[in-house]
Amino acid sequence: MSQTEAVFWFFAAVSVISAFLCITRRNPVASALWLVNTLFALAAIFILLDAHFIGALQVLVYAGAIMVLFLFVIMLLNLGRDTGTDMLGWAGRIVMLAVGALLATELLVLARVVPDQRFVLPAGTLARITEEQGAVGAIAAPLFRDYLIPFEITSVLLLAAVVGAVVLAKRRL
Amino acid sequence: MLLGPSLGLSAVLFSLGVAGVLFRRNAIVIFICIELMLNAVNLSFIAFAQQLGRSGQVIVFFVMAVAAAEAAVGLAIMIAIYRHKDTIDVREINLLRG
Repeated sequence: MSQTEAVFWFFAAVSVISAFLCITRRNPVASALWLVNTLFALAAIFILLDAHFIGALQVLVYAGAIMVLFLFVIMLLNLGRDTGTDMLGWAGRIVMLAVGALLATELLVLARVVPDQRFVLPAGTLARITEEQGAVGAIAAPLFRDYLIPFEITSVLLLAAVVGAVVLAKRRL
Repeated sequence: MLLGPSLGLSAVLFSLGVAGVLFRRNAIVIFICIELMLNAVNLSFIAFAQQLGRSGQVIVFFVMAVAAAEAAVGLAIMIAIYRHKDTIDVREINLLRG
């Protein structure tokens, strides 16, 4: 097992254990913090997969901004205190385990897909592009050439989300 | 190559997210589980991007923007619901029931 694989399996184990704790902790604050742990482990895995800029964004945007928003709302609604469980009873748990196991089996079968060899780039292409253009340049070039229109539409979407969030959360306009 | 293991990890994380959505009744924790599912999908995009070109990374960039928008609007809705009903337990939120 190479060093990269060892690091990958370490962070894979961290992310799965954190995700499991995230869905089973009773306190919403604990759930949110375990999700942050999962996100950090996934950021490490993204970097192993030659997506350096996305790994940095994962930490800055997801673990930083989005999760702070979650924690802020939990704090605002005063949900941090333990007031009984919000989890389902035994029947619900059996349904949850059955659906989860079924879905995991289906996805794990799908995960054995092998991409068409005509489309697969030679090994190390992405690492070479990153070395030539830098971590930001490697994603900026396709983003602002091939995906310029979707990028602009995303900015409109974010503006709509900002206006919508203010309208919904404001007591009286 | 790490494509197979990455897709397997993505499958496990996505299933954990779905199980969490089914398992919990607190609307904020359901939201947290949805973020977990989005991240599992991001992981498979990144894993394929390593083999098939950088477009997958650009898509992850867009997924992150949509996730941020979704979190902002969703949490605002939750605050509005909490003002009306004093709870965000999904058993109690049945305004649309006829």
